[in-house]
Amino acid sequence: MERILSLQDVRFTYTPDDPDGRHAVDGVSFDMHAGEWIAVVGHNGSGKSTLARLMIGLLFPQEGTVGLFGDTLTEDNLWEKRSQMGMVFQNPDNQFVGATVQDDVAFALENNGIPFEEMTLRVQNALKQVKMDTFLDHEPQHLSGGQKQRVAIAGALALRPRLLILDEATSMLDPQGREEVIRVILDLREKTGLSVISITHDLEEALLADRVVVMNGGRKFAEGTPQEVFLKGEALTELGLDLPFAMRLSALLGEQGIGTEPGTMTERKLVEQLWTLRSNR
Amino acid sequence: MMEKMVFGRYIPGDSFVHRLDPRSKLIFVFIFIAAVFLANNTVSYALLLAFTLLSILASKVRIGFLIGGLKPVMFLIAFTFLLHIFFTKEGDLLFQLGFLKIYEEGLRQGIYISIRFLVLVLMTSLLTLTTSPISITDGLEVLLNPLKKVKFPVHELALMMSISLRFIPTLMDETDKILKAQLARGSDISSGTMKERIQAVVPLLVPLFVSAFKRAEDLAVAMEVRGYRGGEGRTRYRQLKWDWRDTTALLILLAVIVALWFLRG
Ligand SMILES: Nc1ncnc2c1ncn2[C@@H]1O[C@H](COP(=O)(O)OP(=O)(O)OP(=O)(O)O)[C@@H](O)[C@H]1O
Ligand SMILES: [Mg+2]
Repeated sequence: MERILSLQDVRFTYTPDDPDGRHAVDGVSFDMHAGEWIAVVGHNGSGKSTLARLMIGLLFPQEGTVGLFGDTLTEDNLWEKRSQMGMVFQNPDNQFVGATVQDDVAFALENNGIPFEEMTLRVQNALKQVKMDTFLDHEPQHLSGGQKQRVAIAGALALRPRLLILDEATSMLDPQGREEVIRVILDLREKTGLSVISITHDLEEALLADRVVVMNGGRKFAEGTPQEVFLKGEALTELGLDLPFAMRLSALLGEQGIGTEPGTMTERKLVEQLWTLRSNR
Repeated sequence: MMEKMVFGRYIPGDSFVHRLDPRSKLIFVFIFIAAVFLANNTVSYALLLAFTLLSILASKVRIGFLIGGLKPVMFLIAFTFLLHIFFTKEGDLLFQLGFLKIYEEGLRQGIYISIRFLVLVLMTSLLTLTTSPISITDGLEVLLNPLKKVKFPVHELALMMSISLRFIPTLMDETDKILKAQLARGSDISSGTMKERIQAVVPLLVPLFVSAFKRAEDLAVAMEVRGYRGGEGRTRYRQLKWDWRDTTALLILLAVIVALWFLRG
């Protein structure tokens, strides 16, 4: 499978002149294949956003390399690489550039010199994908946070990116808005084979990923499928991370002598085990 | 208070005037402003006034609404009118009450100046009432485009304008939030001496500035990630279309100017 992203021993510090300065990202390596969904989790200040900024060339590592779509990212190919990626940030207000929904979605297209006829098509399409196509002329102050975030995603999608990076894109939304946004992205990935890196504090969201990368103090602490990673249990809670709700519940049930299978992470699986508990005996 | 302000407000619609290209409206208003100074007698001022009223009719903006919203300006017009009436002492004496003397020339000049003022204010208000701020920005950007040759940053200026417009409501909300937050902490900007009030504004402005800078930084990053690197090689999503309406409007204006030229004394 094609390698979309490949980080090799990436080190970065915001204070290069300070010899005892801490590295915000300290020797991180991982690869990502086309169509994969990777969740990056970690406590506040563990270097997740810095990592995302390194991937899209907002920052360049002092050591190590960032590879994108088969090439090493450099100042020279930066814009060409960037035109194949999209990034959505946390605050829905601070990334809305255009005066209206359609202007905002068109912004990246204008920057990349897409001709007008093509632009109108793509804007329509992208907004349809996030189910915001009836809001063309709405101004940002008349949209909810979740709607603004969907517009931001449409703005990224209009460029037809191969890689979408979400830096806590759902963290300022209520559960409903969060679900809307996640459903849209899941759906898109299904249809277009988009690769997604999602930085998140929401563990239920991390469970949806193919792979989870756990960051701690700028280093990669663990990497693997959600099952593998969350089975580390204690080790993760020591880093200040939560465990998925179903896991915590099953651990508490265990203390009460109700044994469930280790590694039960989703509510559905837990419920299934609980109601079959008696009949198995 | 904000609701009643007409100046700088935009009212969506689909009248003849609304549908004009922002470029033609801008050109129209600029030429009109110059043409106003051609008028110098009763007929020519009457023509100006009539033309302005016609334009308002064509825009379907309610005249009552316009006049109502221009009250502060009306006050200014009345003031200049009185100034002229009392201080121009030429022509026949029309009216006398004690030391108050009103002369024919004073009355005439007063009326002329008032009409000139009124017509200018009405036409410029009509521009902003019928054109969204973002269209005005687009129009200006295209009209000023030739200035790029002399290294004038037209695109950057237009972008700055449109982003400022976009963030006005956001920052208003923010001000409101901070105001409430400070009120909850016992700050009071509506009473006390002038000095106390000014001191109370500082804890409002500081957080507002901090958050505005944070927003600006976030926005700059968001723009860069979406491939923004200046006006070079950019295409435009907002297309301006010049059609028969625009040509007609400018031709009518031309006719009015010619008429003014012949009618002036
Ligand atoms: N612009 C900056 N200048 C200097 N130091 C910074 C800057 N941005 C982040 N840092 C530092 O780098 C480290 C990693 O920050 P980063 O923003 O990547 O963390 P994060 O994992 O995204 O945290 P959060 O979950 O709070 O978003 C932190 O110690 C932070 O203080
Ligand atoms: Mg972060």
